[in-house]
Amino acid sequence: MNIIALVKQTPDTAQLSASMDGLRLSAEGGPRIVNPWDEYTLETAIQAREEHGGKVTALCLGPPEAADALKTALAMGVDEAILVSDPAMADSDSLTSARILVAAIRKIGRFDLIVGGRAAIDGNTAATAVQVAALLGVPLISYVADIGSLDPEHRTISAVRLLEKARETVTSRLPALITVVKEINEPRYPSLIGIRKAARASIPVWGCNDLELDASTVGAGASGVDWKTELPTTREANVEMIDGGPEDAARTLVDRLMEEKVI
Amino acid sequence: MASNLFVWIEQEDGQADAVAWQAMAAARNIAGDLGGSLNAVVFGDGVGDVARQAVQVGADRVYVSDDPSLGRYRVEPYAKLLSRILETEPPSLILMGASTAGLELSAYVSALTGAGLAPDCTDLRVEGGQLVAVRPALVGNLVSTVTFKGTGHRFLSVRRNIFQPADPDESRTGEVIEVAAVLAEDEIPTRVESVETSDGAVSLTEANIIVSGGRGVGGPEGFQPVRELADALGGALGASRAAVDAGWIPYAHQVGQTGKTVQPDLYIACGISGAIQHLAGMKNARVIVAINKDADVPLYQYAHYGIAGDLFSYLPAIAEEVKKRLGR
Ligand SMILES: Cc1cc2nc3c(=O)[nH]c(=O)nc-3n(C[C@H](O)[C@H](O)[C@H](O)COP(=O)(O)OP(=O)(O)OC[C@H]3O[C@@H](n4cnc5c(N)ncnc54)[C@H](O)[C@@H]3O)c2cc1C
Ligand SMILES: Nc1ncnc2c1ncn2[C@@H]1O[C@H](COP(=O)(O)O)[C@@H](O)[C@H]1O
Repeated sequence: MNIIALVKQTPDTAQLSASMDGLRLSAEGGPRIVNPWDEYTLETAIQAREEHGGKVTALCLGPPEAADALKTALAMGVDEAILVSDPAMADSDSLTSARILVAAIRKIGRFDLIVGGRAAIDGNTAATAVQVAALLGVPLISYVADIGSLDPEHRTISAVRLLEKARETVTSRLPALITVVKEINEPRYPSLIGIRKAARASIPVWGCNDLELDASTVGAGASGVDWKTELPTTREANVEMIDGGPEDAARTLVDRLMEEKVI
Repeated sequence: MASNLFVWIEQEDGQADAVAWQAMAAARNIAGDLGGSLNAVVFGDGVGDVARQAVQVGADRVYVSDDPSLGRYRVEPYAKLLSRILETEPPSLILMGASTAGLELSAYVSALTGAGLAPDCTDLRVEGGQLVAVRPALVGNLVSTVTFKGTGHRFLSVRRNIFQPADPDESRTGEVIEVAAVLAEDEIPTRVESVETSDGAVSLTEANIIVSGGRGVGGPEGFQPVRELADALGGALGASRAAVDAGWIPYAHQVGQTGKTVQPDLYIACGISGAIQHLAGMKNARVIVAINKDADVPLYQYAHYGIAGDLFSYLPAIAEEVKKRLGR
């Protein structure tokens, strides 16, 4: 099976602290990790290869330092990694990113399964992988919590989708694109051998020229939306501490909640 | 330039999802400033009532496609149908609820139509004729202000429980336009083999009241008083990741960065410290109550009411008081 794993690099929100707010964290040079949701992407892709043979290619669009995320992917066990990076691609919105990823997927060539994550924690659009499926015209199964069966021979997949109010079992033909949720597996840690191998691996970098994309069709200029980010307004702490024993405090609290009309 | 608005009314078994009426309300708020008509789009199998309700909450026109192949939401037939409807429309603004289906459908159709997309918005306004959408980014640690460029369609979805739905006006009338499905069943690549609906428990993302337990509950049995208060309030049961990771409660209950984002009217956190990743999922609740034996935890920065004490003595007393006062 030829499997492509879509992996984004994102800021490492575990580093948030009093001195490291969202803006500092996101700024150039800030601490980066594999998008936490894409650890499940990678684990899903690697397990599928372990079961059915073939090859996993991790594909990441991002700045040059996003190669680090691909090193992690290689250390976890993907066979190949490709970084799509070009200064012209900076600040692409999700649809423009999807177009670029589709151009890279076409260059990779044959695939049976593409795996993406539910969302990336930075932009949190939950859109890019969905848009890749739409542009490629391959069947999409999103929010996958369990792969019931994957049958490369009969070219079918059956998967359980985790929705707000239900678990839905869906079948589709292959090739298909699936997005996965946390429930699907427990991502492995990179092995020592993996880390050593990844350190030596060279990761090809594809830019606009390699993908035959005109620079005017990518990046902020080609995007359908513009955005500015700022810190959320923090509200002054104004907690009312309710004193007294359980019965008194319960009475006061219920009074307050009724005044607030929330119960 | 005037812009027409379209709202996708998500439904299941002929029952609209509450978030659809919230999206309708969001559209109605800005329709005047954008100067276009307000339309609803209803797909399904037996959705006449939903179409009528859409008129009652403000739609001038409802595009209805009633077909067995549309009975349960699937992205391909819904997306192709929606983009077919939009094909002949002047550049419009298309809104929906940011549910699992709405996030997916809006992204998919935006790709089919080459349109800009602003998912999961928490505020919408019109400034100088320009639509401005506000959405949280980096799990609530940034706020992003989005504007649309170009002249094509624009898509956006709105987060649950932000916009107040309008009361239906039964005397309102509107035009119903019937549309045929675009894909025949054998052209749809996916099949739904079975659906297992979650038990009667109130779904976290839709709950108006959530009572959550954290590491402070001490074990699986520790959730009992938390559950009892949730039941007394008619609310849903939430949890911190620490409690989920410990195996005390299933992941479906987790609130926070790697769990669910919720925005209830009331959030009661019991034995939860208020780590940034937990706050990311609940800090926008209207009223937050923290019950913690430590009088100095980060959650008090966001809480409106705090009780510094042992949850095991306070929760039963609160549940009792609630039952007494609400007559439950
Ligand atoms: C990438 C990443 C993603 C994460 N995602 C999430 C997420 O989605 N959701 C989430 O919740 N966390 C998440 N976390 C974990 C988060 O950082 C915290 O570890 C977690 O929220 C802590 O849970 P807690 O408040 O229950 O536990 P603690 O921080 O241990 O707090 C327990 C509290 O209970 C109090 N307590 C103890 N006994 C009692 C008692 N008898 N009565 C009253 N109070 C008592 C204590 O004083 C303490 O304040 C994430 C972390 C990372 C790194
Ligand atoms: N720059 C990117 N490179 C590779 N994959 C991406 C990129 N952006 C998004 N994805 C994929 O799309 C999913 C959803 O991301 P998003 O739409 O950004 O929330 C991620 O989990 C990835 O699988």
